Amino acid sequence: MKRRSVGLVAVAAISGLLIAGCSSSDDPETTPSADGGATSDGGGATMAAGCEDYGDYGTFDGAAVELYGTISGVEAEQLTESLVPFEECTGVAVTYNGSDEFETEINIRVEGGNAPDLAIIPQPGLLQRVVGTGAVVPAPDAVSANVDEFWSPDWKNYGTVGTTFYASPLMASVKGWVWYSPTEFAENGYEVPTTWDELMDLTATMADNGGPGPNYKPWCIGFESGTATGWSGTDWIEDLVLRQAGPDAYDAWVAGDLDFTSPEITQAFESFGDVALNADYVNGGLGDSASIVDTAFQEAGLEILNGSCSLHHQASFYEAQWPEGTTVAEDGDIWAFLTPNVNADDPAAVTGGGEFVAAFNDKPETVALQTFLSSDTWANERVSIGGVISANKGLDPANASSPIGQASIEILQGEDTIFRFDASDLMPAVVGASSFWTGMNDYVSGTPLNTVLTDIENSWP
Amino acid sequence: MVPMEMQIAASRVLPTSGLGADFWATQGQNLLMAGIAIVVFIAIVLLIMYGADLVKGRGRDKVTLIVLIAPVLLLLGIGLVYPALSTTWLSFNDVSNEADPDTGIYTTVMQFVGLDNYRFAFTDPSTLRTVINTFVWMVLVPLLSTGFGLAYAVFIDRAKGEKVLKSLVFMPMAISLVGASVIWGNIMYDYNQVGEQTGMLNALRSLVGLEPYNFLTDNPWNTFWLIIILVWIQTGFAMVILSAAIKGVPVEMNEAASLDGANAWQRFWSITIPSIRSTIVVVLTTITIMALKVYDIVRTVTQGRDGTDVVANRMYVLSFVEGREPLGAALAVILFVFVIPIVIYNVRSLNKVKENH
Repeated sequence: MKRRSVGLVAVAAISGLLIAGCSSSDDPETTPSADGGATSDGGGATMAAGCEDYGDYGTFDGAAVELYGTISGVEAEQLTESLVPFEECTGVAVTYNGSDEFETEINIRVEGGNAPDLAIIPQPGLLQRVVGTGAVVPAPDAVSANVDEFWSPDWKNYGTVGTTFYASPLMASVKGWVWYSPTEFAENGYEVPTTWDELMDLTATMADNGGPGPNYKPWCIGFESGTATGWSGTDWIEDLVLRQAGPDAYDAWVAGDLDFTSPEITQAFESFGDVALNADYVNGGLGDSASIVDTAFQEAGLEILNGSCSLHHQASFYEAQWPEGTTVAEDGDIWAFLTPNVNADDPAAVTGGGEFVAAFNDKPETVALQTFLSSDTWANERVSIGGVISANKGLDPANASSPIGQASIEILQGEDTIFRFDASDLMPAVVGASSFWTGMNDYVSGTPLNTVLTDIENSWP
Repeated sequence: MVPMEMQIAASRVLPTSGLGADFWATQGQNLLMAGIAIVVFIAIVLLIMYGADLVKGRGRDKVTLIVLIAPVLLLLGIGLVYPALSTTWLSFNDVSNEADPDTGIYTTVMQFVGLDNYRFAFTDPSTLRTVINTFVWMVLVPLLSTGFGLAYAVFIDRAKGEKVLKSLVFMPMAISLVGASVIWGNIMYDYNQVGEQTGMLNALRSLVGLEPYNFLTDNPWNTFWLIIILVWIQTGFAMVILSAAIKGVPVEMNEAASLDGANAWQRFWSITIPSIRSTIVVVLTTITIMALKVYDIVRTVTQGRDGTDVVANRMYVLSFVEGREPLGAALAVILFVFVIPIVIYNVRSLNKVKENH
């Protein structure tokens, strides 16, 4: 038996090696500039040129930091690219490892004593669970100071668990855009609505006027998203709750203190139902309300291009869905306005998403990178590369790669803008990733509102 | 209906580091170590085998037995027995995480709750529905596939081109459940409320002037349309096994019966069926186990919407999506209890078939 166990150790060793081969960070490839000098004054060579902004982070000889997150593909390459100046100026070799099994793997890595140095966590709910393991260290003072300077208190709050501030915000996205065709608006004399009532009036006018495409209806909506079908419906409700009931009610709702069956939430569902359950208003080019659940969320809005609908509610990422050759601009083929407030003079309120950087140790190089990621330098560096935006107030909107990105940054940076994180991402998974979604599907499929709301409320743990 | 796209999006993204030109430079050492470890492992196994072979005398058989069986038992213990016991224990408990109000760090509390999780499984309407649906799958899939398979096997027996006809029906077996689900969900059952029908069945319906029909949302019939997918796959399996068994029925018996004036129908019921009875039982039970485990089809086609959910999918969702592991564990145990008697019956019938031959 003794030898047998040696064999097993060998098996374990092999699998260990294979796993290590897959995940271990490579040896630092970029030789650190071990010149020791704190900043660039002495060097004078090409490298020193861009290093003025990096002086505060210090220089490290042969230090390596592992950054771990859910970002993959092109975005991962862009992220790595945005860190190159930091690596060159500080000598810290940063390895980014992306995994879409992040949520399970982070726990395995923490328990196995193999936690990364820093993790990019895509939502506050998950941050709470990772912090729950006890492996995350509170954010260092430098990070905290950066966040105080560059982010709104709303954002800092989402990086806080209990009363301890753990994780600095990174990138952001804005939800609640209503996509439309500026050409069509101009031809028909439609105005971009500034209140919810105006939006409903516009919808009624559009339904009367009709449109050129087959089976024209003012709105097109699609919920289908594989196992996540229904999530785009939750975005509607979140936008409406935030605008109709205000941020305090929104927070209470997220925390479970305001029931789904309460008048505030019922009103939001009813307002959504005014659009989604009205056979004269949906579903352009696709049928009526019954077709919403069957229609892929990526495809529904494309009916605008066919002339079968005029309005489509979806987050800023929808910009990438338009086929090549479509100009997304205020005077182009497609543009978007933000879901309007109830009253024209209400403060701007948006829902959205974002990522947070949490540290698993307080080594100086880890602190340096976390501080850098919370700085305006990084935000500008990353946003210039393209594809993403950030709510960092030190960010120059002109760096954004697209007009909708610029508009989103301006909204996020607005002094009075109320930002609230996507509610379904904050609720317990059994509601936010399950019953809220199925509730939306049931609602548009004709289940009475009372039943829908009671079902969701009953699932709350 | 684009589960395909979602799967592509969700499919694992390979780590980009180490796949470039410097792959060998960075990973060569790891691979070398892995190679050495494999060689060392084989050497140790050979050494143990050799050592066991050296034992002479009365203990020899026992030592050989232990050396050969110990690793199997050990792996079964780690991979099967321990998880099964721990799942069963979990299903009688409630696990809750209490976050520290200041630091947010969890203290995990595990509390014995008796049968509460099972009570949930049989009282929560949507979970109870999954139990009922699984039962329907468990009854219909084996009956239909074995029925079709047997009929087909009998009809083509000794027919011209038997091999070609057989492989036609057997071919779906080679398609993965997810592949078959995509074929049926996206190509056969697809439904558009307005405009051209792109689903094959609905296109055929509109060709003959019928209204298009939304196969996948018509509760409770949608479960039946999903069952068809598994039947389509399993009929080939049933057909091949049963066809082999039919060929094993002595020709003399059939000849003697027809001399006595029995017609084909009588010969089928009185000679063929009793002769292949034990094989039919094995086929039925094997397919029943398959149907109990069904998960891929529901997950791919409807994700359990409109009353199509089954226990295996619900178990996954409860445990890994909603984070309610004890409830998921209870469903796993229920599934386990469903399967056990069938597995025992299957093994016993299998032994009977072996004895007969």
